[in-house]
Amino acid sequence: MSKKVMRDAVIEKIYQRMHADPSIVFISADFGAPSLDKLRADFPDRFVNVGIAEQNLINVATGFGLEGFKVYAYAIAPFLTMRAYEQIRTNLSILSQIRDINVNLIGVGAGLSYDVTGPTHHCLEDSCIMSVLPNFHLCSPSDAVLAERFVDYSLQRNCPKYLRLDGKPQPDIYPADEAPPIDNGFHELIAGSEVVILATGYMTHIALQVAANLVKKNVNAGVIDVFLLKPFGESMLLKQLKRYSHVVTMEEAFLKKGGLDSTISDLLIDHRMNMSLTRVGFIDKYVFEVGDRTHLHRVYGLDADSIVDTIIADATMHPDYQTNQQF
Amino acid sequence: MQKRFEDLIGKSKQIRKEMLEMCIGAGKGHVTSSMSCVDILVALYYGAIMKVRPSEPDWQGRDRLILSKGQASPALYTILADKGYFEKSDLEKFAKRDGKFAVHLQQDVPGVEITAGSLGQGFGLAAGIALGAKMNRDLFTVYAILGDGECYEGSIWETAMFAAHNRLNNLVTIVDRNYMCVTDFTEDLVALEPFDQKWEAFGFNVVRIDGHSFEELLHVLPGLKSRTSERPTVIIADTVKGKGVETLCYDPLWHGCAPQGDVADQCLLDLSREEG
Repeated sequence: MSKKVMRDAVIEKIYQRMHADPSIVFISADFGAPSLDKLRADFPDRFVNVGIAEQNLINVATGFGLEGFKVYAYAIAPFLTMRAYEQIRTNLSILSQIRDINVNLIGVGAGLSYDVTGPTHHCLEDSCIMSVLPNFHLCSPSDAVLAERFVDYSLQRNCPKYLRLDGKPQPDIYPADEAPPIDNGFHELIAGSEVVILATGYMTHIALQVAANLVKKNVNAGVIDVFLLKPFGESMLLKQLKRYSHVVTMEEAFLKKGGLDSTISDLLIDHRMNMSLTRVGFIDKYVFEVGDRTHLHRVYGLDADSIVDTIIADATMHPDYQTNQQF
Repeated sequence: MQKRFEDLIGKSKQIRKEMLEMCIGAGKGHVTSSMSCVDILVALYYGAIMKVRPSEPDWQGRDRLILSKGQASPALYTILADKGYFEKSDLEKFAKRDGKFAVHLQQDVPGVEITAGSLGQGFGLAAGIALGAKMNRDLFTVYAILGDGECYEGSIWETAMFAAHNRLNNLVTIVDRNYMCVTDFTEDLVALEPFDQKWEAFGFNVVRIDGHSFEELLHVLPGLKSRTSERPTVIIADTVKGKGVETLCYDPLWHGCAPQGDVADQCLLDLSREEG
C-alpha cells in the first residue's frame, strides 16, 4: 500500500486541471510542497505567493473569487483558519451568501500532524470553528485518494470550502479510482453489528486498527469514514446507524465544541435514537507533552488499545445513551 | 472648467443633504465618516472618472469601487440611489425594518461590490480584484477607499506590500485622512504621521491633496487611468470628519452617530449655510 502526502495528491490534481481551466489560480501564504514547484514553474502567472500573511491571503483570494476565478488558498491549517478567521467569516462566509464565489481553503496539518512542533502548530480547533460558518463546505479526507477527489468536487461548486489535510504521509484506504464521491459524505469501510465507529481524517486509520482489535474480543465493530463534515448527510447516515446500538466518534479535535462528536450527539438527540455514544478526541486542554503522534495518542488515550478498552467498557457496561467522561 | 467644479460642488451639497436626512430619519449611520468622503465619491461618480452602468450593475467592464471603510455606506448608498441603481425611496428605509440595507455596507445592494464594516479587509479584496483583472487583461480600474483609522489594521499593510510587489497600477487607493478615529484624534492615540513616508516606503506613488477640493481631486484622478508608472498610487486625501456640518466637526465622539432633535435641525442648518 503506497503512502502519500495528501497535499501532493491535491496539488498534482490542481496542476492537471490548470492546463485545461485558465480560471484556476493558486495562492500560497509562503507555504510549499514538493508538488508545488512544478505548478509554480509551469503557471507562474497563476501562482501567487502573498508571503506569511494569512489575512491578506483570504482577502486577495476573495478578490480573485469575485472576478470569477476558481481559487485555492494554501497555508498551514491552524494559521489559515485561526489567524484569518474573521476575514474568512466576512469575505467568504457572509459574502458567499449573496454572491457565488469559488474559493477553496487548503489547510495542511490537521490535528496532531505536526506532532513534535508543539501546541501552536497542532490544530484541534479547525473542524469545530469552520463548522460554525454558514455557507461553507468542510472536507476532512482520510487518505490521498479522497483528498485528490476533492479537487473536482471543489471545481464544480461555487461556494467557499475548507479542506483539512493531514500533514503526514498516510497509507491509502481507498483503491485509486474507487474512492467514493465526496458528495456521499461518508463511506462504510467495515460493516459490523452492535458497535459502529465514525471517524474522520487521520483517526479513520486508527478506527480500522480498533475494529481489528475488537474482533479479537468478539465485538464486530463497523467503521464509517466521515469525510464531508459539512454539509452533513444526516438522513443517509441515520439509515446506517439504525443497525447499531452503540456509536463511537473519533477525531483529532477538541470534543463537545462542534466537531464530529457534537454533530453525531445532536443527531442522536434530534432523532431520539436510543443509542449510547463514546467520544474519542481531546478534552479542553492543549498538548504540551513532547513526542511523536503515536506517543501523544497514548498519553491522551487515542491509541487503538486505549480506545478498545473504552469502547468495551462503554458499550457493554452502559447500554443506555451516555457520554464517556474518562479522558 | 469652473462651471464643472461648481456643478460638482452642487452635487456634493445635494448628496450631503439627502444623506443627512436619511441618517436623521433612521436615527442611525456614521454621519461624520460619510461626510468626510462625499467629495471623493462625487468626484469618482460624477467627475467622469468611473465607468459604470447603473442599469447594469455587474457589467464586467465597470470600474470597481471598493469602499473598505464600510461605515461610510450612507454616502455611497445616497450616490447609488441618485445614479439610479435603485429607487431613492429606498433611502427612507435605511437601517429600518424591511429596508434594503443596514448601517454597514452590504453586497446585496446594486452597485456595491463587497460587504464591509469590519475594517482592513476591503483593501485586500481590491488588490485581489486588481491582480485578477491583470490576469484577465481587463482594463478597468479598481478604486479602494480606506479610512485613516482603518490603517491601524495590520492587514492594510499586508496588502500594501502585496500591491506594490505585484505592480498593481490598476489599483487606486484613496485614504480618507480625516484625522479622527472612534474616540480620539489619530495623532493623539497612535500617530499615523509621517503617513506619506509610510506609504512611500511600502512602494506606492503618494499624492497628498485636499480631499474636499474638486480642483485637486480632478487634477490627480484622470491621469491615473493612463498607468504611466508600474507603482500603485495612494491618494492621501486630507479631509474634515463631518465636513459640511460644522456642529459635528472636530469632536471625535460624533463617530458612528446620527444627530437627533435640535442638534439635527442645527446640522441641517449648517449644511444649508455651507459655502458652495
